[in-house]
Amino acid sequence: MTPLIDIRDLDVRFTAGASQVHAVRGLSLTVAEGESFGLVGESGSGKSTVLRAICGLAPTWDGTILIGGRALPPRRGPEFFRQVQMVFQDPYASLHPRHTVDRVLSEPLAIHGFSDRETRVERALEEVGLGRGFRFRYPHQLSGGQRQRVAIARALILEPRVLLLDEPTSALDASIQAEVLNLLDRLRTERGLTYIMVSHDLAVVAHMCDRLLVMQHGQGVEELTRAALRARAATSPYTQALLEASRGYTAA
Amino acid sequence: MTVAPHVPSRRDWLLTEQPASRRQARLGQAYRTWLAFRGNPLAMVGLGIIVALILVAVFADLIAPYNPIVGGDLRTERLLPPSAAHLMGTDDQARDIFSRLVHGSRLTLMVVALVAVIATPIGVFVGTTAGYFGGWVDTVLMRVTDVFLAFPRLILALAFVAALGPGIENAIIAIAITSWPPYARLARAETLTIRDSDFIAAIRLQGASSARIIWGHVVPLCTSSVIVRVTFDMAGIILTAAGLGFIGLGAQPPQPEWGAMIAAGRRYLIDQWWVATMPGLAIFVVSLGFNFLGDGLRDVLDPKARK
Repeated sequence: MTPLIDIRDLDVRFTAGASQVHAVRGLSLTVAEGESFGLVGESGSGKSTVLRAICGLAPTWDGTILIGGRALPPRRGPEFFRQVQMVFQDPYASLHPRHTVDRVLSEPLAIHGFSDRETRVERALEEVGLGRGFRFRYPHQLSGGQRQRVAIARALILEPRVLLLDEPTSALDASIQAEVLNLLDRLRTERGLTYIMVSHDLAVVAHMCDRLLVMQHGQGVEELTRAALRARAATSPYTQALLEASRGYTAA
Repeated sequence: MTVAPHVPSRRDWLLTEQPASRRQARLGQAYRTWLAFRGNPLAMVGLGIIVALILVAVFADLIAPYNPIVGGDLRTERLLPPSAAHLMGTDDQARDIFSRLVHGSRLTLMVVALVAVIATPIGVFVGTTAGYFGGWVDTVLMRVTDVFLAFPRLILALAFVAALGPGIENAIIAIAITSWPPYARLARAETLTIRDSDFIAAIRLQGASSARIIWGHVVPLCTSSVIVRVTFDMAGIILTAAGLGFIGLGAQPPQPEWGAMIAAGRRYLIDQWWVATMPGLAIFVVSLGFNFLGDGLRDVLDPKARK
């Protein structure tokens, strides 16, 4: 079976004037349909950049990205956006401050020419656990967790197959974090979604992902399954150090 | 036991945290802005002055006791000091200055409104386009803007009026052409701060076109600071129009334009002070009103100043 997402030798460089940052170096990974895949690493290891390269937000990249066996064109078309959507890290920055929830959710429907917008918007709100009372609110009338639910609803309203999650809970406090993670888990089972989830929190990844890739300095260090992560059966010294660090943190 | 039914007031309806419709959400937002604005006394003074100016302009025919163009008896009614018959005195053509001021408010308002309507959209369009696309689009548009910015505004307006011919319409066009560059700069700066934010990335990921993003997502966040800036500039626009009128390139006699009235009165400044002072006071009050209003709007509309 061909994997849904197949990334080969991905290279991403950021140039600012004379200086150049080589954010991702020759990264390869595959994700099967319905799988939840984690990207783990410390800040600056290039994990978010991988997501941005997939959805076309990174300026220049080399290599091949195949979605459903087809290579992505340099400019992503509407068809791509209906397959792949993204949830951003900071729910305070990812919603337009002057747009109501209703507008946030109906705009993608308008862009892609859906007809039954009213019912779709209401259904999307219900699915992420927000009632109708939230529909005409502005972001400043919502809490962080509610905002992130709106962001998830926005990502799902075009009914994509793949959801890219860029540390979707790191800006939320612990109790809300669990709620949002459970919501994401439920939606994946219900809709058969494929996730690529970026996180620096190994506990979150262990909870959410079937497999994960540890990244360091823009390169993939080691691929682990969930079972291996739980058994702490890492072979590379960096992953072992990372596991050690996370254990020390939880024990404290 | 009966409980008195809670009747929601209009205020509750506006301020509810759970609006039931698009309209209610928008009105509620506007009402909150109004409540914040109302708390600023100086801003309310400014708003009062501007509303008064609009009312005077609309009802000029009813308010003005005399004809603003045709004067009275040139032998007996020239340069009369302020009195009960002529509240602000008369000018050298024996015309009632108060009536001329009242009718002149129409010209002032027209200049201000037309300049705002012409210059603001140009500035916002150029600025947001340059800021959003960046690269060579930005370079080209901003160098054009710089060319316009390099000239002092009145001098450039003078050149345009000299080329187009004197008259109030050409003065308006000249002022509009010379006043958009600061708005373009401002809109570009605002756009640069928001174009890389996550909510713009999100709408790009929904497949929105650049035009939709600029118009629906960038412009709404730029307009408030541009509106504030435009309000502040209103005073300058009135002064520029008056300045053009003063040197004879704006409104032409016998139009009751305030700047031209000052120019006509300057010959009598020592002995008949009221001829030049009254229009000067009118310009002063209206400019002050726009500045107060701009100050209040800035406090209310600036997204960064908001909690």
